Amino acid sequence: MANLTLTNMLKLQTFLDFEQPIAELEAKIEQLSHIGDDTALNISEEIEHLKAKSRELTEKIFSSLNAWQVTQLARHPMRPYTLDYVESIFTEFQELHGDRSFGDDAAIVCGLARLEGRPVMIIGHQKGRDTKSKIQRNFGMPRPEGYRKALRMMKMAERFHLPVLTFIDTPGAFPGIEAEERGQSEAIARNLFEMAHLRTPIICTVIGEGGSGGALAIGVGDRVYMLQYSVYSVISPEGCASILWKSAEKAPDAAEALGIRSERVLELGLADGIIPEPLGGAHRDPAFTCAGLKNTLTEALETLSSISMDELLAQRHARWLEMGLYSEP
Amino acid sequence: MSWFSRLVPTTIRIEGHNRRSIPEGLWEKCSSCQSVLYHIELERHLRVCPSCGHHMRILPRERLASFLDKDDIEEIAPDLVPVDVLKFRDSKRYRDRIAAANKTTGEKEAMIVLQGCLKGMPVVACAFHFGFMGGSMGSVVGEKFARAVRRCLDRNCPLVCFSASGGARMQEGLLSLMQMAKTSMGVADMAEARLPFISVLTDPTTGGVSASFAMLGDINIAEPNALIGFAGPRVIEQTVHQKLPEGFQRSEFLLQHGVIDIIVDRREMRDTVATLLYQLSFSAREFLAAPLSEKEDPAMSLEPGNDENQ
Repeated sequence: MANLTLTNMLKLQTFLDFEQPIAELEAKIEQLSHIGDDTALNISEEIEHLKAKSRELTEKIFSSLNAWQVTQLARHPMRPYTLDYVESIFTEFQELHGDRSFGDDAAIVCGLARLEGRPVMIIGHQKGRDTKSKIQRNFGMPRPEGYRKALRMMKMAERFHLPVLTFIDTPGAFPGIEAEERGQSEAIARNLFEMAHLRTPIICTVIGEGGSGGALAIGVGDRVYMLQYSVYSVISPEGCASILWKSAEKAPDAAEALGIRSERVLELGLADGIIPEPLGGAHRDPAFTCAGLKNTLTEALETLSSISMDELLAQRHARWLEMGLYSEP
Repeated sequence: MSWFSRLVPTTIRIEGHNRRSIPEGLWEKCSSCQSVLYHIELERHLRVCPSCGHHMRILPRERLASFLDKDDIEEIAPDLVPVDVLKFRDSKRYRDRIAAANKTTGEKEAMIVLQGCLKGMPVVACAFHFGFMGGSMGSVVGEKFARAVRRCLDRNCPLVCFSASGGARMQEGLLSLMQMAKTSMGVADMAEARLPFISVLTDPTTGGVSASFAMLGDINIAEPNALIGFAGPRVIEQTVHQKLPEGFQRSEFLLQHGVIDIIVDRREMRDTVATLLYQLSFSAREFLAAPLSEKEDPAMSLEPGNDENQ
């Protein structure tokens, strides 16, 4: 019985505040199913009924999520991170470390792997799950050496004609003293500069939090995709709220105003497609999410590989140089 | 600058600027050493305190006027205005903030781009107006920078940018973030065409502007004691829960950490940049017979130093 309570508690923790009604139903289902084991009573009908109800409720809640709720989903502690996708989508992954001049930043992972047999270079932000790994990964906030490692891998990919696949999931570049000392701005800027003309296909996917310049520093490419419940923003809703509303508690308002959800980013023409997530979010059915992501990456890679390198660079150039909306009377 | 104002003698023009930026009177206090300074004297020193050398903020048009030769100036994309794509509203509407900025600065956006000459050498120069919504970069600033680059590519000339910006403009959302990539793409184009880009970082340059084109100069120059960094000091203090050391993120700190090439006094900016640009462009002029040959442009044979601008 102690075990049961623990499982329930863990399960409840994976539900966000706005999902609490679903969590309560799920807990009840869990409880009933265990009673079913112990007694001769046939309660499967009741369980089925509750399951249907739970699904209905989930559909209802998820059909009208606001931007702040989506932000919470994008930051969900159970959400798959870069290495989770790498493990299930790619084969022969070999992580490669270090920027060759200062150190190795665990907030960005890089390495060679194969996608459907084809060798690629993987670069992605990485968050940790437990306290120790969260600290080790610095909550997914890279320092300059992380971006410089990523750049080293991109140049290697260019040299050996390997496509670059990036996975974006960061609250932002780390705003700390040592990051400033080692040139955080320059590290980000340099990547933007180099990705502009890198002679190999680049496919970027926002899998969780697309946090500002720290995200863009591995986000300039030929295709940009977003998972359905990921967000992409110029500043965190909290940061924006504390500057413009003078209170971080207005973050939900800021999230709405900033237009950070995948649908909005697509509408603005800043993303090429949205990869659907299962009901309840990517973590509810990682296999489903992985299949969708794999499909999108494979197709995009096929399309991009059929374009000559000069043409690809011309398209990339036009795409990024034309970004912006202004008026010229 | 209109044809009329160009005809007006320099001294009178300076008077006009005085009245606009400092309505109270003819005297101003240095915010660093508290010396009381005579206005005309301060303007003559390009708003650098003659007693302590403190660099006060300077309006973009004044800066560019002091930097470029007086003749043949053309403003690039002066009519670009922002669009409120997101219908952004916090305590104020974005539209109202733009209108207020238009009114206080007399400018349409946070960046001015001029095509002109620097001691006879054709250049394009950009300067930020920090008073226009904190010099923030939205779609208009990004596009102006991109057009500045295009003009450089067309004229085969260098680009100089004076930045003073708090970063990307929040009110245009993700579109502002993308301007970082757009402007960096522009710098990459300059590099590919082997045209020099000199980035001058002035107080303050942070966030998305410092993390894109402003750090990508072939030569990065900073004005003395300018605040330059990725994150603002307050954000860092909140993150690390400690007081930041004296001089942190100031020009001298950046020089020490290898991020910028030189610190240059504003009063020497014109001479220094001209010297560097003449050196960087020497091979192109002498050996590659670029369109800017001496025949087509006799000014190119001028050596920097015979400066009659100031």
